[in-house]
Amino acid sequence: MDQISVQHLLGIKDLNKKDIDLIFSAADNFKEVINRPIKKVPSLRDITVANLFFENSTRTKLSFELAQKRLSADIINFSSGSSSVKKGETLIDTVNNILAMKVDMVVMRHPNAGAAKFLSENVNAVIVNAGDGAHEHPTQALLDAFSIREKLGEVKGKKVVIIGDILHSRVALSNIFCLKKLGAEVMVCGPATLIPKFIGELGVKVEHDLMKALQWCDVANMLRIQFERQDTKFFPSVREYIMMYGLNKEKLDQLKKNIVIMHPGPINRGVELSSDVADSEHSIILEQVENGVAVRMAVMYLLASKLKR
Amino acid sequence: MQPKVIINSKAFQLILKRLCYELIEQHGDFSDTVLMGVQPRGSELGERIQRELKSITGIKVPFGKLDITFFRDDFRRTEKLLLADATEIDFVIENKKVVLVDDVLYTGRTIRAAMDAMLVYGRPSAVELLVFVDRRFSRDLPIQATYVGKRVDSIASQRVSVEWDKIEGEDKVLMFSTDKEK
Repeated sequence: MDQISVQHLLGIKDLNKKDIDLIFSAADNFKEVINRPIKKVPSLRDITVANLFFENSTRTKLSFELAQKRLSADIINFSSGSSSVKKGETLIDTVNNILAMKVDMVVMRHPNAGAAKFLSENVNAVIVNAGDGAHEHPTQALLDAFSIREKLGEVKGKKVVIIGDILHSRVALSNIFCLKKLGAEVMVCGPATLIPKFIGELGVKVEHDLMKALQWCDVANMLRIQFERQDTKFFPSVREYIMMYGLNKEKLDQLKKNIVIMHPGPINRGVELSSDVADSEHSIILEQVENGVAVRMAVMYLLASKLKR
Repeated sequence: MQPKVIINSKAFQLILKRLCYELIEQHGDFSDTVLMGVQPRGSELGERIQRELKSITGIKVPFGKLDITFFRDDFRRTEKLLLADATEIDFVIENKKVVLVDDVLYTGRTIRAAMDAMLVYGRPSAVELLVFVDRRFSRDLPIQATYVGKRVDSIASQRVSVEWDKIEGEDKVLMFSTDKEK
C-alpha cells in the first residue's frame, strides 16, 4: 500500500482523494480498535508528540490527546495561557525549545491563519494542524466526512449544506475542500454578512434562505456563531439570527424528509440549534466525537509511518 | 521461473484432515477451545479448519479473525505502509485454550505480534499454534508450532505461498524462487 502523499497535515487543500480514502480506511480500523476491551495499540510507542494549543479548545485537544494515548505515543501538552508566550516569546522559539526535548510530531492550534504552514517550513518535526485562525481545521473536516460516509454509505453525490458563520469558520473551509474532493455537492447558507464574497469560486452554491437550503440537502452541518472572532455586528440581534437561521424541530418537521444534522461543537444551544434537534435521532453529533478519535489516530499513524527511524 | 508446487490439492486435503484429527485428539469436545486465525491469510485456514471440524465432530468451534498490524515490530522500518484488516472476535478468551492459526510460519515475528494482539481479548489458559507450512531453520524468535501441516526447507530469497480454493481457485502450496513473481 502506498504511503500518504504529504509530510504534514496542514490543510485538506494539500490532500488528494487517495489520501482521504487512505485516512478513512485506517480510521475504520482504529474505530474497531477503540471499541475493543483494551483500546490501545503500541504502534507509536517510540514517538513523542507535543500538543501546542495557542487558542482555547476542549474537544479537539482531548480528542487528539486520547488518540495519541490509544496509539501509545508519549505526549506533552502546552497551552498558551500558562506559558512564556505571555512573556513575549516568538512562535519559532517556543516550538524549537520544545523540539529540543526530542519531539517527533507537533499538533498545533493557533489563532493566526498559516501558523501551521510557517512552522512546517521552519522546524524539523511533523506538523498536524489542529486549527489555524479562520483558515483550516483539517481533522474536523475529515471526521465530518467520515461520519457522513458512515451514516449514508458514501459521500459522493450527497448534498451537504453548511449553515451559519461561514466567514469566520475554518471548519467550513476545510469541509468544503474535503467534501468537494470526495464528490459531494456543497452549499453554504447564512446571512450575507457572514458569507465570504467570492466563496462561489470554490464551486459551492450560496443560499440565504434556510428552508430552501434544508429542502435541498441530505446533510446539514450547523456551525457555531463565533462571537469571539466578530469585532463588528454582522447581524442585528441574536434573536433575529435564531429566527432566520436557527434550526428547531418545527422547521425540521416542515421538511417532510429526513436529513442528517451535524455540528462540530461546541453548540450554542438555542442559537444555531435547538436542544430538541441537537438531541434528536437525526443528529450525529456524538458519533462525530467518537469518529474524531479514530480519524485523528489514522492521521497520526499515517504521518508517523513516514518518519524514518 | 515457474513456482514449484510443493503441496498439491490432494495432499492439501489430507493434511487439512490430519491437522483436524490432531486437534480432536488434544481438545476432545472443544468445550474450552477457540480458534483464532491471523489476518489476512491465516483466517482462511482457520475457517477451513472450523468447517472441517464441524463435519467430522458436529461441533462448531468458536472462530475469530485477529489482525496484528498495529502490534507488528516493523512499523516505520519498511517503505511500505502497514494497513490493517478487520478483527472479528465476538468472544472473550479468558481461561480458554486458544489455537492460533496461520498459513506459514517463517521468522516467528507475526506470531509474536499475534500473541500480544490476542491479549486484548483476555488471558487465555493456554495458547497453541497451528500452521499449514513451517519454514524451518528460518526463525528469528524462539517460537515453534504445536501442529504443523508440512515442514519445508527454504532460503530467505524464496517465498512460500499457500493458495486457497476460495481465493485463488485451487488449494495448493507454491514455492517461488525470486520475490518478483506472484
